[in-house]
Amino acid sequence: MKPFDYARAADPAGAVALAARPDAKYLAGGTNLVDLMKLGVETPDLLVDVTRLLPAGIEESAGGMRIGAGARNSDVAADPLVRRRYPVLSRALLAGASGQLRNAATIGGNLLQRTRCRYFQDVTKPCNKREPGTGCPAFAGVHRDLAILGTSEHCVATHPSDMAVALAALDAQVHLHDAAPVPVTGLYALPGDTPQVETVLPPGTLITAVSLPPLGFRSSYRKVRDRASYAFAVASIAAALDVVDGTVRDVRIAWGGVAPKPWRAYEAERALRGGPATEAAFRAAAEVELAAARPLPDNAFKVPLVRNLTAAVLAELAGVDR
Amino acid sequence: MTAIGTRIPRTEGPEKVTGAARYAVEYPAADMAYAWPVQAPVARGTVRSIDTDAVRAMPGVLAVLWHGNAPRLADVPDREMLVLQSDQVAYHGQFVAVVVADSLEAAREAANRTPVEIDEQPHDTELRAGRDDLFTPERVNPNHEPDTVQGDVEAELAASAVTVDVTYETAATHNNPMEPHASTARWDADRLVVHDSNQGSTGVAQTLATLFGLAPEQVRVVSTHVGGGFGAKGLPRPNVVLAAMGARAVGRPVRLALARQHQFSVGGYRTPTIQRIRLGAGADGVLRALSHEVVEQTATVREFAEQTAVCSRMMYAAGSRRTAHKLARLDVPMPSWMRAPGEAPGMYALESALDELAAACGLDPIELRVRNEPSVDPESGHPFTSRNLVACLRDGADRFGWAGRDPRPGVRRDGRWLVGTGVAAATYPARTRPASAAARMLRDGRFQVEINATDIGTGARTALGQVAADALGVPPDRIEMCIGDSTLPPASLAGGSMGTASWSLAVDKAGRELRSRMAAGVPEGGVDVRVDTEDDVAALDREWSRHAFGAHFAEVRVDADTGEVRVSRLLGVYAVGRVVNPITARSQFLGGMTMGLGMALTEESTMDHRFGDYVNDDFAGYHVPACADVGTSIEAYWLAERDPHVNPLGIKGIGEIGIVGVPAAIGNAVWHATGVRVRDLPIRLDKVLFR
Repeated sequence: MKPFDYARAADPAGAVALAARPDAKYLAGGTNLVDLMKLGVETPDLLVDVTRLLPAGIEESAGGMRIGAGARNSDVAADPLVRRRYPVLSRALLAGASGQLRNAATIGGNLLQRTRCRYFQDVTKPCNKREPGTGCPAFAGVHRDLAILGTSEHCVATHPSDMAVALAALDAQVHLHDAAPVPVTGLYALPGDTPQVETVLPPGTLITAVSLPPLGFRSSYRKVRDRASYAFAVASIAAALDVVDGTVRDVRIAWGGVAPKPWRAYEAERALRGGPATEAAFRAAAEVELAAARPLPDNAFKVPLVRNLTAAVLAELAGVDR
Repeated sequence: MTAIGTRIPRTEGPEKVTGAARYAVEYPAADMAYAWPVQAPVARGTVRSIDTDAVRAMPGVLAVLWHGNAPRLADVPDREMLVLQSDQVAYHGQFVAVVVADSLEAAREAANRTPVEIDEQPHDTELRAGRDDLFTPERVNPNHEPDTVQGDVEAELAASAVTVDVTYETAATHNNPMEPHASTARWDADRLVVHDSNQGSTGVAQTLATLFGLAPEQVRVVSTHVGGGFGAKGLPRPNVVLAAMGARAVGRPVRLALARQHQFSVGGYRTPTIQRIRLGAGADGVLRALSHEVVEQTATVREFAEQTAVCSRMMYAAGSRRTAHKLARLDVPMPSWMRAPGEAPGMYALESALDELAAACGLDPIELRVRNEPSVDPESGHPFTSRNLVACLRDGADRFGWAGRDPRPGVRRDGRWLVGTGVAAATYPARTRPASAAARMLRDGRFQVEINATDIGTGARTALGQVAADALGVPPDRIEMCIGDSTLPPASLAGGSMGTASWSLAVDKAGRELRSRMAAGVPEGGVDVRVDTEDDVAALDREWSRHAFGAHFAEVRVDADTGEVRVSRLLGVYAVGRVVNPITARSQFLGGMTMGLGMALTEESTMDHRFGDYVNDDFAGYHVPACADVGTSIEAYWLAERDPHVNPLGIKGIGEIGIVGVPAAIGNAVWHATGVRVRDLPIRLDKVLFR
């Protein structure tokens, strides 16, 4: 890989100052960044190691929880309060990667991992995200795993995180050093004409924590994948559902593996609120959201897949007979 | 009490689990240099130039070699070995240069930045059954006729009460041993010493000697521990040539381990196949016609023709029969051996078609196979040395709980899961090759037995020690097995399920010879015996048909909402002659079955034909089964088969048969669960999904 400098700061302010250098990158768990450096996709001049300075606490806060950006995925997944209050988050974390990777990966780093699109990861091929304007081979190439929602003519990459899907459903806030927090649902930028821009964060921004507002109803995460563990989602769903007397009082739906960001299905949620909690209604609501899908030939199956998945998971949360 | 058949833990187990066992690139040297290959970014073309000055100026670089400055190698039949000898690019990812540097990172960075000027030429990588340039190879692997005809297939099909005419496809799959191809090479004056990861260092040493113009005794290849091969390391690969070339160029030892991504261009893979099966049977299921026609690919760099239809020549009785192989010669990486070449894809198609015939006839799939059991090998007319397929099916049916199975598809549900079961037969040839071995008594009363066998993780070292112990009439802990070094008595490779059978004959012969010589009195200086089994193997009666058999049973659960297929139970019963070590044998069977599960459900190398490369070139994109894919139960059993005819020790070999019937058993179970007959592997969820 390209030679680079390595630096460690005493505190977040020091890290941000170091990272002001062009082509600097923060290093946390490194589970994605170091791979990409080996492949030549990421070529930082400087790595600012933030593993020792980021908060790593997992704490109760204002009826919800606050999780330090340096907390390890496996610690968050195993935390008793997380498991009790936000099973959707614990399950999403455990659905991702492998035990070894979860031990190394951090909450902050997980949010900012890059797509696993094959063309993005191969520097011998064109990629609008890696080298804007070079073209996207995925449209006429291998795209079975890629996005059906929120894409543009320049990019159909998916965001690979499971955790971020759960956080999107939970309306989590992302806390930044020396800047106002942003909601996870507002963290990511769709590709549009600038697929190289993946978040709304200015360069050098340091994520310090994630906070979760209270959630008073049942939640779940289900991931569809080609192998039973250690595989990225073909599609996934994070859902929370509040049903009173057969009527949907509140619902949260976020999809993974189908869009350049964790896809909050607001249209589907709107269609369900105040309506009957039936499998037919769940299917119909998913179809409302999926009307915006622009699938390619080899990933068109994701439309019925997500519909079926959504109906199944919501029906399970509602406890309706199928 | 014999050592053969005893449960002895593998002798090098403690070394392996403590990390003390050294693999090919774990031998240290103070002045080690590191090599990284440069790959062709096009599938076909001509290398015009490489700016070697620019590369040599990069940090840490010691040398860069390409065909413009690489030493000339002597010719060998395997053109894949003629690395950096030509300006022609025959496939995407072919090695066109190598960079040697002070560190691994510097070598990799310089290799990635090496400017290669190539004139790209149009390429063709697409395998289709309708191509007009398909050809019949002269032979199919390892040395079979490409086509056979017995009787009048068309007439018998026309006269059959029940027919099946179906086409099955299998994806390209890559061997992907855990340890990649890897070599550490050094030159001691005019002697070449290589630590190399391979399945047979006798052949690697011979090839290197020829390439570099050396006498056999000038080359030593050591392969003490090998982290898997599955056929991909059966022949030397370009990495070992580059390591030797690089070490000579810089005058230092050179390490070269291929990256996982390299496995998908130069590592080795199984060809994709397109297989048309036609069966004709009476209403009673008795076959009147069996036709198996195969289309598959080979490369321009070297021809390899997988023997996919050969299994259909001996598996079942049939009134008429046709088998045929056609190849497309494409600008692709060279397909080669991958666990059970021929039988794995061929039996997938045949055994799936049998299941379709059973359904069409309204017969139980086991009963259908029993009704078509041949009394002699249908191809040669020779008797089988032993054939216990029916016993495997019946024993497996008992253990699995097959009796009373409802044959109707798509009617069993457990919550969100659709549940089904399937069965398929397995077979693999039982071959024996000549080998040589030496044996002597050590001063401490123990015995040293030498043979250049290779333990690629199978337990060969342990098993051969057991054979030697019995031959010498001593406990196994008095045997010191020396294997994995080309300076030892030469032996055949660890492949084709013939390693243990072939090596055991030589070890047994050496042990017995030493024992009888010692019984006659030990002279001053001890007794040193050396034997080979050239004559013994030549003397094996050719009028027998030698095969192992097995039966596979699978229970699958298919998510009714998503189409995800999970295998909850997998069970195999084998008739493989004498089992030398039940512990390591079980591991081999379970490993084969798990690999069959991967072939059935998850493993698929996807080519982007515009570039001509396999794009999912890592373990995130190429899905070998994880532990979670192996369901709640995976079991392997074997019959107490005594086969005095297959070879004097009655050993048939077990490395490949574990994979053979599994894809069909799982595919048949998916049909039984869902009513959906997926005819192309792998059975991904999108092929099953209810839309």
